[in-house]
Amino acid sequence: MEKTMTRQEALDLYFMDARSKLIDLAAFLDRVDRAEGEADFRLKAFRLALRELERKEPQRAKQVLLTLSDPTTKPIAKATAKAASGAWPETE
Amino acid sequence: MRYIEPHGHMVSRVTDDYVDMATAGCEAVCEPAFWAGFDRSSVQGFYDYFCQLTEHEPKRAAKFGLRHFTWLCINPKESEDVKLADDVLGIIPKFLDRPTVLGIGEIGLNKNSKNEIKVLERHIDLAARHGQLILVHTPHLEDKLKGTRLIIDALKSDKRIQPQRVIIDHVEEHTVKLVLDAGFWAGMTLYPESKCTSARAIDIVEVYGSERIWMNSACDWGVSVPLAVPKTALEMRKRGHSADAIDKLIYRNPLQFMSQCPKFKLSAD
Repeated sequence: MEKTMTRQEALDLYFMDARSKLIDLAAFLDRVDRAEGEADFRLKAFRLALRELERKEPQRAKQVLLTLSDPTTKPIAKATAKAASGAWPETE
Repeated sequence: MRYIEPHGHMVSRVTDDYVDMATAGCEAVCEPAFWAGFDRSSVQGFYDYFCQLTEHEPKRAAKFGLRHFTWLCINPKESEDVKLADDVLGIIPKFLDRPTVLGIGEIGLNKNSKNEIKVLERHIDLAARHGQLILVHTPHLEDKLKGTRLIIDALKSDKRIQPQRVIIDHVEEHTVKLVLDAGFWAGMTLYPESKCTSARAIDIVEVYGSERIWMNSACDWGVSVPLAVPKTALEMRKRGHSADAIDKLIYRNPLQFMSQCPKFKLSAD
């Protein structure tokens, strides 16, 4: 499929939305920092995924998703829950 | 604008949603069997659900000028109980000849367990034996990548399965290429929080092309938007996509895939 927008048009269409989401991300991290208690594995995975935003090639969304994914290949023995948490607990 | 909603759980929606969808140009809605938000206690619960999907819901949709089609299965969220799954698999053939049943779906995986895979393989076998199309659900969030790989392996290992007769749904940036490269159709689900936003779905189409791909709202009892497909079409228009490119993605592509089932007709003739 052909490209439909110039870089300038992409900025015109999406900058304000992305700016809003960027501030939301910053506010979320501030909120978590201000809160008391221990963080679980999701915060660590989240911070790792944030690093992917600094990449120079347009694969950032894919890389963020991969960072938050279970990379293993074998089925688990039994499903003991139905819901997903959004990050893999064993992310290093 | 005209479009087909290829994946909507309309039993969970109100009549206003049908009105809005028809007003926006929807010509048909296709409803895969899914998890009700709670586990059903017996095969009889599924029997009643399949009757609802094949008898009641098409009549309700018709009141608003929409054709309604369906897919049947036990959803992977209820597949850990293999005995129940086998009981449900046993009643599905009784429904396959009904005039609005398109195939087996949405089968797949949820937590990628051994029992889920066993039940997935039995659904694939059922579809192969009865010559049915297949619609596949891929897992949520951190489980999606692994689940997509396992699902592709299971489908590929059954040589009776033709990839062009299978749609693997809920793809995102990290799974879409796996699905398309293996020859399957890919579905993108437009959700406000999880899966794809409109902007990301259009990005995916711009990067990977619009062959063998569709978009759906997968509207259900959770956070979802029944008009997600036409809203995404409007965003495509904002980006400068042509009317023809939009029509292909939201109408001709789902029409092409589902027309492989001769029962899929958009007029009542």
